[in-house]
Amino acid sequence: MGYQWNWGVFFQPSATGDDTYLGWMFAGFKMTIGLSLSAWVIALLLGALVGVLRTVPNKLLAGIATAYVELFRNIPLLVQLFIWYFVLPELLPESLGNAFKQSHPVLQQFFASMVCLGLFTSARVAEQVRSGINSLPKGQKNAGLALGFTLPQTYRFVMLPMAFRLVVPPLTSEFLNIFKNSAVCSTIGLLELAAQGRQLVDYTAQPYESFIAVTLAYIAINVVVMTLMHKFERRIAVPGYIGGK
Amino acid sequence: MHDFDWSSIPGALPFLWDGMKISLVITLQAVVVGIVWGTLLAMMRLSSIKALSWFAAGYVNLFRAVPLVMVLLWFFLIVPEFVGQLFNIPKGTDMRLSSAMAGFALFEAAYYSEIIRAGIQSVSKGQMAAASALGMTYGQSMRLVVLPQAFRNMVPLLLTQAIILFQDTSLVYVSALADFFGAAYKVGDRDGRLVELLLFAGAVYFVICFSASQIVKRLQKKYHPA
Repeated sequence: MGYQWNWGVFFQPSATGDDTYLGWMFAGFKMTIGLSLSAWVIALLLGALVGVLRTVPNKLLAGIATAYVELFRNIPLLVQLFIWYFVLPELLPESLGNAFKQSHPVLQQFFASMVCLGLFTSARVAEQVRSGINSLPKGQKNAGLALGFTLPQTYRFVMLPMAFRLVVPPLTSEFLNIFKNSAVCSTIGLLELAAQGRQLVDYTAQPYESFIAVTLAYIAINVVVMTLMHKFERRIAVPGYIGGK
Repeated sequence: MHDFDWSSIPGALPFLWDGMKISLVITLQAVVVGIVWGTLLAMMRLSSIKALSWFAAGYVNLFRAVPLVMVLLWFFLIVPEFVGQLFNIPKGTDMRLSSAMAGFALFEAAYYSEIIRAGIQSVSKGQMAAASALGMTYGQSMRLVVLPQAFRNMVPLLLTQAIILFQDTSLVYVSALADFFGAAYKVGDRDGRLVELLLFAGAVYFVICFSASQIVKRLQKKYHPA
């Protein structure tokens, strides 16, 4: 079909002259990793908190946590991202909104993406944490209370140390998802991996090489994360449980 | 503070509804094709023929490792050109909708096949053995004995995946195809009312997906009373 393959294109100087096209891809790769990891920190912290709150006997707290999860799970990620990026700065008090809009464009994109991905994923993490806590035998909580622990102490010393270890394998798939979902952030102009792939197509006119390279980069991220998490899962597995020694 | 002005929404409702129809069409066909192709993939994966099982494993792992956005970009930027040259389709034909449908169906099949595989494996082995003992062929036992039970167990999961898929259709935005979200964005951009239209779109998605997931929850209780 007359397509001229040219893998050497990655080593050519880019259109702006200060880098090669491979350098562009690497910049996108770093952005994807940086964004996903920082969003993952938010997702873990908030998700653990909300997940725990969903299991507490206090109806109000559990209700708020449930509403939080339902809100973030039932609106598409793309819509959430656009709301963070385009809508929220308008709704903030004027001085704060202006401060956001006057900051560096990349900073705005990164910040909106990080918060969006973080909160979106936190709702999913919360569901995993909740089902981890609910999967514990009822006797654990009762035993803690019978020993004279208060409810917070029972959570702190008895239930959570177990639940957090049980919940690591299901969290691996959420961790993988956050890298994949970060590609959505290309839609607001953040130059992460997928966006760089699109740019490469436009600038090099070598669409196949560009897309194959970017796709392979995502597969590589996937494989590396899976391998690392697998090792981590085995170290943290609870003896006597599935996957434990 | 922002001065809300929702006045551009009522007039735009027919246009938004047209967009919603596109979202629903993509969702529906991707669910149907995804389940059919996903079932075949799951059966290949569980098959004793090594080549089939490797193919299915490779397919599923490939699609599950790549972001949907990336798959859609492949299907919008690369595949049409390739297919166009292959079948001599005149340049400039708008293939965005068919590309979107193909992309979603092939992508979702990978996720459906994992759900279906687990469903098939959840049916006890004795069922298959009993069917074989009755003289049924492999195809017959799958079709008449195993799959009906597997699908009954899987209904809630398949529907939940359909809700996720419906949300994901908003990503056709990368091809500027006017699905519901694309339509809302266009109207908001045109009237300078992006804030209102984006919030409206979010609310509509929320109402649809939340109600659907509540229905799924009820079904789940009916099928699997805990």
